[in-house]
Formats: sequence, C-alpha cells, structure tokens
Amino acid sequence: MDKYIIELQDVTKKFGEKEALCGINLKIRPKEFVTLLGPSGCGKTTTLRIIGGFETPTSGDVYFEGKRINDLPPYQRQINTVFQKYALFPHYNVFENIAFGLKIKKIPKKIIQEKVAHMLKLVNLEGFEKRDIHSLSGGQQQRVAIARALVNEPQILLLDEPLGALDLKLRKEMQLELKNMQQRVGITFIYVTHDQEEALTMSDRVVVMSEGEIQQIGTPEDIYNEPVNRFVADFIGEGNILDGVMIEDFQVKMEDKVFTCLDKGFQPNERVEVLIRPEDIQIVKGDEGMMKGIVESVMFKGVHYEITVKDEGGVRWMIHSIHMVKVGETIGMVIVPDAIHIMKKAVWK
Amino acid sequence: MRKQWLSAPYGLWAIVFSIAPIAIIAIYSFCSRSPYGNIIYEFTLENYQKFLQPIYLRVLWRSIILAVQSTLICFILGYPIAMMIAGSGSKQKNIMVMLFVLPLWTNFLLRTYAWMVLLRDQGVINQVLMALKIIDGPLKLLYNHNAVLLGMVYNFLPFMVLPIYSVLSKIDSSFIEAAEDLGATNFQVFARVIFPLSLPGVISGLIMVFMPAVSTFVISDLLGGGQTVLLGNLIQNQFLVARNWQFGSAISMMMITLILITMGLTAKYQREGGRQLW
Repeated sequence: MDKYIIELQDVTKKFGEKEALCGINLKIRPKEFVTLLGPSGCGKTTTLRIIGGFETPTSGDVYFEGKRINDLPPYQRQINTVFQKYALFPHYNVFENIAFGLKIKKIPKKIIQEKVAHMLKLVNLEGFEKRDIHSLSGGQQQRVAIARALVNEPQILLLDEPLGALDLKLRKEMQLELKNMQQRVGITFIYVTHDQEEALTMSDRVVVMSEGEIQQIGTPEDIYNEPVNRFVADFIGEGNILDGVMIEDFQVKMEDKVFTCLDKGFQPNERVEVLIRPEDIQIVKGDEGMMKGIVESVMFKGVHYEITVKDEGGVRWMIHSIHMVKVGETIGMVIVPDAIHIMKKAVWK
Repeated sequence: MRKQWLSAPYGLWAIVFSIAPIAIIAIYSFCSRSPYGNIIYEFTLENYQKFLQPIYLRVLWRSIILAVQSTLICFILGYPIAMMIAGSGSKQKNIMVMLFVLPLWTNFLLRTYAWMVLLRDQGVINQVLMALKIIDGPLKLLYNHNAVLLGMVYNFLPFMVLPIYSVLSKIDSSFIEAAEDLGATNFQVFARVIFPLSLPGVISGLIMVFMPAVSTFVISDLLGGGQTVLLGNLIQNQFLVARNWQFGSAISMMMITLILITMGLTAKYQREGGRQLW
C-alpha cells in the first residue's frame, strides 16, 4: 500500500441521475507522470477533481499515502492544481499570485520572497513580479499558474488540460518544459488531456478513459502498440480496424484471407478485432503483395503520404507511406505478422 | 462614426432635461433677489453665503449623517443577502431577486405611506405589542430620526443588493477553487478573493444608495414629520414655500457638488475593478 501515493478504489460519482464515473480503480506511484486521456465527458476531469478534493466520490475510497482522504477538504491536502483556465487572481500581480499559498501558511516575508524568486526562475519569468495578470500572454499566465502551485511544494501536482489554450508551437515547447520540470522537482504529476499525442509524449503511464470507465492503463508504448480494445485503438493514433476470426494460435482470418500473427490464447474460431496501423502496411507492386487494391486518394501530410486504398473485397485501408503512388494505380499490400494486433471483441454496454 | 446622428435623440434629451436645467439652476444660484422675490440677473454670492449660516450647515450635516448611516446599514444588511442570492440554485435565485424587485413596482410614496400605517401610535406594531401586553402605552416610533433611517434603508436596500449580487454571481468559481487549493479556509477565501473581487459591485451599491439618500425629501417629510429637515426638504421649501429660487438653486448646487465629490472618490476604485454596473 505505501508504495502508492494515490489510490482510487471503486470510485463512482453521480451528478443527479447521470453516472460520471463507474468504478475507477487507479494506483499512482510517487514521482510518476500519469496522464488521464479521453474524449470530453469521459470522466477524466471528474477523476482529477476527486483527487484534488473539489468533488467527493458517491462511493468508493481515495487514499493518499495509504490514508483515506475522502472527506478531507482541498485546503488540507498536499496537492495543488493548475486549472484549465489558470484561474489566476485578477486583483493580484504575479508576485502576489504566486505568494498566495505561502502567505496563507504565514511563512515569513523573507522566505516568501526567496521562494517566489526561485519559482519565477524555474518557470523562466524572472523580473515579472510586479506585472499585472492581464498583461501576460497565455503561455506566461500558464507558467505563473504552475509556479503558484509548485511553490507550495505539493506531493502531487494536478494539471487540468493546462496547454489547451495555447497554440501548437507553444504547446509543444511547454510539453517538453513540463516534463523537464517534473523531473527536476521530482513530484507526481497527474495530467488531464484529450490530446493523445500530448499524452504519449509526456507520460510515464497513460490512463485511457471512456464513458466513466478506465479502458486501459499502460506505458505510452503499450497503449499504442497493444491497445486492449477498439476504443483505445481508435482513440490513440490512427488505424485500420477489421473484424476477424482466430482460426488457431498465430492464425487470423480476415476478409477470407488467413494471416500469420504473433497472438495466441484465443478460443478456436473466436471472433476478434484486428488492428493494423497505417504505417505498418508496406506497399509493393501490383501482384507481389498479400492483397491487391486500387489507390483512391493520396494526401501529402509532410512526413508521409496518407493513402486510401480500396481492396478487392471493397474494404478501405489507410496507409502511411513515404513513397508516392498515383490515384487509380493498382498496388499490392504486405502485412507482416508483427504488424497485426489482435484485440478481444469489446463488450459494449 | 458615420452613425453619430443616431445619437441625436439622446443628445437632445440630455440637453433639454439634464444640461439646460442644471445650467439654469447654476445661473439662478448666482442671481440676486428683488424685494418681492423676483429674479434679478445680477451676480452675487449672497445665496451661498446664506447657506454658511449654522442653521443650514446643521441641515447639511444631518443629511450627510443620515445618508452615511443608511448607506452603511444597507451595506451591512445587503452584502450577506447578495451572497445568499448569488450562492443559491438558479430557481431560488430568480425567486429571491423577484422578491427584492417586486416592491419597486409599487409606488415609492405608497410604500412610505405604508410604513406610516405600521409605525404610528395606533399603528399595527403598537397595537400588536399592546395586545401582547409587552408594552402599556404606544411607543413613539414615527416622526423621529430612526423612522427616517428605517424608511431610507427599506427603500434603498435593493439598490445595494442588486449590484453586489450581479458582481458576485459573475465571479468564476475556479478562483474560489484555486484559493481553496492553495490552502485557504472558507474565511480566507472570502477575505482574500471573493470580497476584493466584489468591490466594483460594492462601490456601485454605495453610490446608488448614498445619492438618493442624501437628496431625499419625501421620506424625511412623511416619516420624519417635518422634525428631520434634510437638504431635500430645504430645497423643496425654498422653491415651493419660501419662493426663494435663488437660495434653493444654491443649495441644489451644493448637493450636486457633494454627489460629484462622492463619485470622484469612488471612481478610482471602480476603474481598478474594471467592470462597472452603470
């Protein structure tokens, strides 16, 4: 138990009749960077708010270092939050915002000044003490919000889509910076986002959520390469997802063709779903492939072309390739065993 | 910019009903008076000098004291009420706001007359208290300082509650959560976040109560019974009874100045708060 800093046990949350969370089980280790990932309304923010103390679970328990904290108000938790829209106090300047938590703890003025200066250095905003909140750019406000939370030396920092309001370039910079910061201060970050790329880039572990349930917990590699079901496969990256049947171990049949794969342990003839990532399909000359198809569209995406191919059975495949093909051309496709990923058929409620 | 002429009706309105009358009053206040009370267009400071007599300064002082008292009482009563309304569910919120606005739909005079019915010697309050044997004879509730104060607070309380409520209900709940997150107890959240953020509403409320309170003459006339002469009564008297328009105008100018000073003092805070109600 003491290995985990935060533990959620069978946590549910209802808002009126609506069930926002149905039985969340989650264990987070100290110094981990965990991301809660999912589409809007999946319960990720509610989970974060329960950890922060802004919501109480309808049932289930929340543990902090092994102690139950269900009824502990936010101000008594060693947890701080970076809010979605930063929630910087408009009537205070940068210094006063960052010093807010320290002043409340009645820390001597001199120490407050040292700590705030240290934080401003950490977030690259030296000399901004007297600045008005309204005069800061989105990226600067966001750094102040991080500094305001971190200056209290929390055990856990909660971040609720903190980069949502920033433009793409700044967002990428801040992703790296946040990751760096987390490693330097050495505390647990729990991060909420709906951006799968952000989740994959920053996290030690990703928690994929949908409809108030956890779909999968794993490292970014696990989540991308071994999604447990169609939802995760679809939400993380792009993919071709087909119905298939496991004939026996290492043999899967789809579209009346048998492919060799690396998966085993299914019932004979169990119906499964098959994920093939678009970058894992190789394009060869017309007759040399395992399947044949006609190119329907080609889009240039920068690093690669995104190619749609309609095969003989009428199924459309998405392929990412650095090789140019022409629309209307007949091509062959090769799918190696390593590229085929078998998923249990999801049981949807 | 080309649509400027659309503001012509407003401009006309302002000139005819605000600027011109004030200008006329300003001119009158510097005019002399003929033995029969007619206006002689001859410059004099006599009217203002007259106002400096102790008897009139006492009226000024009484007006200010009463206005300040009623403004403070309205604030002390109004702020918690505004918080309560802002903090309740949307359905109750509408009902509570309605309850505050509803009396404003009745005529101001009628509402003040109603208080006379309640407060007078044979009024409802005295009758009930005597019936319950709490008191032997009727209490002197009407025609004194406190009755005027009560009337002002009663009539002007909505003007304090509504602007404060309007600002409070617009405060983003994430500010409150952020303060809690940073370790603030409920009281600290109020003192360091909610109250400072509500200041523009408070300032609006203070002005909107102080202005009518310092200039009222109906409330002091009806509930004060002529015992409590205020600036408003004095002006009314000079114009309608004493027929000394020059002196009445001078007092009016003093009152306008007083109100402008109050607004000037508070404007600073209002600009800092960013949002203005009016």
